[in-house]
Amino acid sequence: MNIDIEAVIKTIMVLLVLADLALLGAGLLSTCITLVAFQGVLIALFVVVDPAGEITLRLALIAGANLALKGFVYPYLLRRAIKNAQVRREVQPFIGYTVSLVLGLVMLGIALWLGNRLPLAGGGVPLAVPAALFTLLTGLYLVMARRNALIQCIGYLVLENGIYAFGLVTVERIPVLLELGLLLDAFVAVFVMGVAIYQIHREFDHIDTDRLDSLKG
Amino acid sequence: MEHRGIINIALGLLLAPFLLGVITRVKAWFAGRQGQPLLQLYFDLFKLFRKGAVFSRTTSWVFRAGPLVGVASMLAALALVPFGGSAALAAFPGDWLLLAYTLGLARFFTVIAALDTGSAFAGMGASREVLFAALAEPAFLVGLAVLARTSGEFSLSAMVHSAAPLSPELVLVLIAFGVVFLCENSRIPFDDPNTHLELTMIHEVMVLDHSGPDFALILYGAALKLWVLGAVVVGTALPSWGNVPGWPGMATNVAGMLLLAVGVGVIESIMARVRLLRVPQFLIIALGLAVFAFILTVQ
Repeated sequence: MNIDIEAVIKTIMVLLVLADLALLGAGLLSTCITLVAFQGVLIALFVVVDPAGEITLRLALIAGANLALKGFVYPYLLRRAIKNAQVRREVQPFIGYTVSLVLGLVMLGIALWLGNRLPLAGGGVPLAVPAALFTLLTGLYLVMARRNALIQCIGYLVLENGIYAFGLVTVERIPVLLELGLLLDAFVAVFVMGVAIYQIHREFDHIDTDRLDSLKG
Repeated sequence: MEHRGIINIALGLLLAPFLLGVITRVKAWFAGRQGQPLLQLYFDLFKLFRKGAVFSRTTSWVFRAGPLVGVASMLAALALVPFGGSAALAAFPGDWLLLAYTLGLARFFTVIAALDTGSAFAGMGASREVLFAALAEPAFLVGLAVLARTSGEFSLSAMVHSAAPLSPELVLVLIAFGVVFLCENSRIPFDDPNTHLELTMIHEVMVLDHSGPDFALILYGAALKLWVLGAVVVGTALPSWGNVPGWPGMATNVAGMLLLAVGVGVIESIMARVRLLRVPQFLIIALGLAVFAFILTVQ
């Protein structure tokens, strides 16, 4: 039974990394949103199969909140933002997709190197620390290397996923209040971002962050 | 066990063109047509072998050597690839590297024969072929390295057949192999084997100047390449019960090859060729998956 759980966790981690790589290579905003939602579902699953503890009410609650917010509410809000602002459907990269993928592999290497060196408690879970670190780096990269304001919001969500997964493997127990607070923060961020993007679009007819710096009045 | 290796080579030589017949039949079925006879490629080969060849005055011996070296390399590759659970005729530790470079030799001579015609059109195809091969070959090699790592064996025959049970690594490697298989055989998402008119074709444009027996050799070499790479994919994908040495393994592997051909036909029917600029991206993804699988095995 123990081995089964290990295999499940490994599969989840592999899927998490693959979703990151797909995000680096994806060209359409809606694809990115689906991928982030998929990551959210994976993380919710990861909460449940944590080998450290039994499935308690607390775990079930957090997993449920994760699943509902990251799997369904965020994607809904983001899709609504696309529809309302009628934005361009491409992510408008500064750095091309192929180069992004190669850089992604480099980041994966860095994450593995770091993950193997960090003296953390999560040693029992295979691949979990590198996968979390890689998700974190991917989020940062998306924020930096894409021009569309919505993909920056998505990058932020990926970053949050990474931090959350990192917390799950390294810290034995996060207080419920903190976890729910984190989820709420991300929720507000996505919500506000959606409204802000709508406003930016209405004022300037585009949400190209590259051109927003020339707005000084 | 020697005779099994020889039987495997004979099987490849005989059945390789049949696979292409299966692929075209599936495509025809999808399009609602009757389609060519399953043995059409055999008829084509016989027809071409009875014809004479025309050589341009600008070409040299390199042009004539191209198809011959191509088929000879594929024969060598057939001797290296295991099939049906029994070891290859010339199996030795490290033969997977030789396999990759045997395929590379065939490609090199196809390319150099295309350049020898002096046609800018053929040169364009050659340039594309080399670019894509340079990306597909690492994916293939890293994928094989994963198999070597998981099985602890260094001979292709041993590592293909002792592949680990279903694991994330194996699935990743199989996806990478699938991409390499389609790209190397110039099948649809990467290259359209049927075009002779578009400027986007890759493999076909290099062999336009060959005629008669030379062209027959090229067609036959391409069919053998399909068989060789297919044997690697099928051998890796089949679980251990499918690779029992002897007739049962032979039967399951031939069935696997036919299934692979049907799969290729289905993919060609439901997918469009991707833009030329996107092809390197697909190959990088395949390489990424293979590298990731390798990282997983090292962990």
